[in-house]
Amino acid sequence: MSRQPRWFIPLLLVVVTVLACVSIAVGKVNLGWDAWTNQDDVGRSILIELRLPRTLLAILVGGALGLAGAALQGYLRNPLADPGTLGISAMAALGAVLSIFFGIAGLNPFVLPVCGVLGGLLGMVVLFLLSGMAASALTLILSGIILSSIAVAGISLALSLSPSPWAAGEIIRWLLGALTDRSLDDVTLAAPLIAIGAIATLSCGRALDALTLGEVGARSLGIDLNRAQWQLAFGVGLIVGSGVAVTGIVGFVGLVVPHLLRPIFGARPSALLIPSAIGGAALVLCGDIIVRLLPGGTELQLGVVMSLVGAPFFFALLHSMRRQVT
Amino acid sequence: MSQLNVQGLQFVRSERRILDDVNVTFDSGCVTAVLGPNGAGKSTLLACVAGLMKPSGGRIEMDGVPTLTMPSAARARRIAFLPQSPEIAWPIDVQTLVGLARIPFHGVTSEADDVAAVNRAMAITNTTQWVKRVVSTLSGGERARALLARVFAGEPEWILADEPFAGLDPAHQFEAADLLRASAAAGRGVVLTIHDLTLAARIADRIVILQDGRIVADGTPAQALTSATLRAVYGIDAEWLTVPGHDAPLIAIHGRAG
Repeated sequence: MSRQPRWFIPLLLVVVTVLACVSIAVGKVNLGWDAWTNQDDVGRSILIELRLPRTLLAILVGGALGLAGAALQGYLRNPLADPGTLGISAMAALGAVLSIFFGIAGLNPFVLPVCGVLGGLLGMVVLFLLSGMAASALTLILSGIILSSIAVAGISLALSLSPSPWAAGEIIRWLLGALTDRSLDDVTLAAPLIAIGAIATLSCGRALDALTLGEVGARSLGIDLNRAQWQLAFGVGLIVGSGVAVTGIVGFVGLVVPHLLRPIFGARPSALLIPSAIGGAALVLCGDIIVRLLPGGTELQLGVVMSLVGAPFFFALLHSMRRQVT
Repeated sequence: MSQLNVQGLQFVRSERRILDDVNVTFDSGCVTAVLGPNGAGKSTLLACVAGLMKPSGGRIEMDGVPTLTMPSAARARRIAFLPQSPEIAWPIDVQTLVGLARIPFHGVTSEADDVAAVNRAMAITNTTQWVKRVVSTLSGGERARALLARVFAGEPEWILADEPFAGLDPAHQFEAADLLRASAAAGRGVVLTIHDLTLAARIADRIVILQDGRIVADGTPAQALTSATLRAVYGIDAEWLTVPGHDAPLIAIHGRAG
């Protein structure tokens, strides 16, 4: 029954592939094509150890955020929902930051992402408890504000009490969000978690579709909303938490991407999940390329660029929604 | 021939008894209208029968099988529910809306069967021309037809509709009523709640009247909608008239009972 243009998902994939190639190609050092094959070359280690993880993480995290945004919007039946606006990203960052603050992050490479995931999961649970299912835009945004402010306050507290300048620097990195200096270890850490979360999220597709008819409508179509709710909390908490644990807070991806793709793929929530994941990957790749192409000595942080682009978009979205109502 | 059997149904919410020992059996093949003043428990009764709310006590059986223990998707394939002024959250097109009725059939029927059922439902309700129309651009009457198409696309044995005619103009009320009547004539069970007494008298084969969570009248429209019952239930001074030249009843409401 899907009547979305068949050529569009392949087109999106082509865009992601092209952007991924560009992302590997750009950087402070210009590399030739032979960098791949040359053994013992500095260029090769730049590629494998710096650029490749960066590109892969951009795809992973972008996909995670796009998928999370589309799923949350479908579930809450609200185009303003997004891991950023709802405070899930901030909660995940708080989890990661606390593990640095208490010095447990150094014990094992898994500790930090696990704490990020726990923060994200906790954020989802609190959000659902605060706003319930029939959340109006108002309760939703208020819940998001509550979660965000608690999380940001916690991060700031950790920052001001931080035991060492090194820890303070690390904490700031999570606040700003960046893909610099990540390694393939980060990829192998985040990828399985994001994959599991994505499966849990994608399997909510039918429940999300049924929710188009509201809570009662979905129940009358035989959907177990309780199960769908916890499955989604688990899935989204996992993908956002593990994404944030490696890159920090990258805002607005989950908000912007489903909104841009809805006119093309139709508004049926399940039809938007996979396109939003691919679109999110494209957007984050794009943002990370822009970050590296901008002139200047120090690189801008990815999260900053995304917010600079995303916030005006959010404003335009709110404005057009207000016009629709009045 | 299917039966929905409600025995001793209780529903208590915040210490308020919304349904109090309701016993009723609905039969397929006819239209049953559930009437009663606001807050009498009509919507709660329908929601309990549809399996959307868990009653505090009593039993609901479909052909001898308790509906509450049925798997929710299996129940949803047999009982369709049309909520009162249902929300449609996204600007989806009519075909997508109608297709939502096939969600409980996932893994049970083939996609070709689903498409066929959707097409049949859209043909019956005369909504085929709106396949690509976005639901939010439909008028109230058009929307009601599209929502009925959604219900029909599940090809259920039972259609439970909560105030399906609310907010419709007279022509669209009868249009929707005709669709539901035709559906009952085809063998389905149709149970609906309604406030318009005359419309209820004309379209229902049987009328059940609820007051304060109890059934106070049950029978053919002429048996149930007597002046005495209407006075006792609604506190109105009303009488059953037959319009000369038409074989149709008219419930004339003269005002509140003095």
